[in-house]
Amino acid sequence: MNLRKYLKVYKKFLHTSLASELEYKTNILVDLITAILSLVGSIFLLSIFFQNNGFIGGWKFEQALIIQAIYTILNGITNTWFNPNLTEIVKHIREGTLDFVLLKPIDSQFFISLKKINPSGFLEIMLGFFLLLFCIRINQIILSLSFLSLSLITISCSICILYSLWFFISTTTIWFVKTWNAIEVLRSFLYIGRFPLNSFSFSLRIFFSVFIPIAFITTIPSEVFLGLSQLWKILLEIIVAAVFIKTSRKFWLFALKFYSSASS
Amino acid sequence: MIFKLINRKLLTLLKVQYSNMLEYRVEIALWAISGIIPFFMLNIWTNNNLNESINISDVMLSRYFLCAFFVRQFSVVWVVFSFEEDSLMGKVSPYLIQPLNPFFRYFAQHLAEQITRFPFALIIAFFFFIFNPESLWIPNLGILLLSIVSTFLSFLIQFLIQSIVACLCFWTEKASSIERLLFIPTLFLSGLLAPVVSFPTYVKSWIYLTPFPYLIDFPANLLSGNETNISGGLSMQILWIFLLFPLFKRIWSEGTKKYTAMGS
Repeated sequence: MNLRKYLKVYKKFLHTSLASELEYKTNILVDLITAILSLVGSIFLLSIFFQNNGFIGGWKFEQALIIQAIYTILNGITNTWFNPNLTEIVKHIREGTLDFVLLKPIDSQFFISLKKINPSGFLEIMLGFFLLLFCIRINQIILSLSFLSLSLITISCSICILYSLWFFISTTTIWFVKTWNAIEVLRSFLYIGRFPLNSFSFSLRIFFSVFIPIAFITTIPSEVFLGLSQLWKILLEIIVAAVFIKTSRKFWLFALKFYSSASS
Repeated sequence: MIFKLINRKLLTLLKVQYSNMLEYRVEIALWAISGIIPFFMLNIWTNNNLNESINISDVMLSRYFLCAFFVRQFSVVWVVFSFEEDSLMGKVSPYLIQPLNPFFRYFAQHLAEQITRFPFALIIAFFFFIFNPESLWIPNLGILLLSIVSTFLSFLIQFLIQSIVACLCFWTEKASSIERLLFIPTLFLSGLLAPVVSFPTYVKSWIYLTPFPYLIDFPANLLSGNETNISGGLSMQILWIFLLFPLFKRIWSEGTKKYTAMGS
């Protein structure tokens, strides 16, 4: 019953935000070109790294491409859902419209995280998928059911971690009001997700797996694709994702206690 | 006489914007932190010994990336985003009535932000030297002055390019997506992620004709003491400014004729 209600509401969200985004059709085209160029640019950068070296952090070029593909998919998901919605929190809090959200007979986190959608991100997700298919071909990966389910699990865990990271930062807006730049910091950290974790020095590796688990986001799913990953890593990712989702929920409810509405 | 008047206006604008920017110290600090991508790149380069193939020692490469960080810090431009917001909100109309091109206002805003940012950039550099004490060096005064000049010229080039894009707001409503498109080549070709020397020859053959390597690579090489053609680089920067400035003036005068304010 409840789930059906949320599905119905989400359908309405989709309808309204798609309608408003499709107003800017040329914009979507420009965004598509941006996504393609961005992918070409990062492959170009990767090819510079591999110019005179066969391996980087134990990864071959073809294997490192998988990371690019997964990064592109995740980046597309970020651009479709996280970025348009979670930057909106800042606006809600500055202008005091969060009051309206809280008054609605619907979960506030659901409303805030899924209200908007940016269709140009879909194209990026598709681009990532094409690259992934290409990678599966050149790496001669044999598709099997267990492999598919494992990769699906790890990628969804990555999405959960990514969402929680964005949501954490956006929630701090309740105290600090303007956190656009904190989002920029997160973005620049996420950038290292384009490269295999092993290519960084030990201290950075620790930092990006313990403090900000960006390492989990792209490297572990790529290892699954290559059949290199150990079981404990996958389990660890599932645990980290669960903890992150749980804490992000708790943190939101905790932060709401401090929300004092506009001009009060 | 006229020069004096503009001077006085600019100075006042600068003072106003500086006190405005000081209000947002924390944000600017966060923004400074978000520029640390060059350090991650440095980590990849040195950790995989990629620099051996391009004949740059570890120390020189770390200086290069530190300088790239600095140059980027003082040439960040966001005029499109400000102008887009102002034009969507209808704030441009009162600016147009004032006997001063509104872009002076944004220009002062950027300069003020750079002044506010300076101490934070120094703090980050300080930490960099704690971790990499062997890369500490003191550039001689002439080189330092020249690199400040070339960083400023790089800022001017980017400011002009973005102002031209911003003027497209007169025709379309969302010019910022075009800016995001232009940012991709800037990111990958300017030398922020990899020094231009390391690029493959098929790119190097034409890249010096574009403005990109003069945005970060040239000033960073100059400051870090890596090999570069000083007079050639400076003259190319000046040439690009001379090319872009008339274009900006043209598009500005066309755009203001086209401008219909809000609701008309």
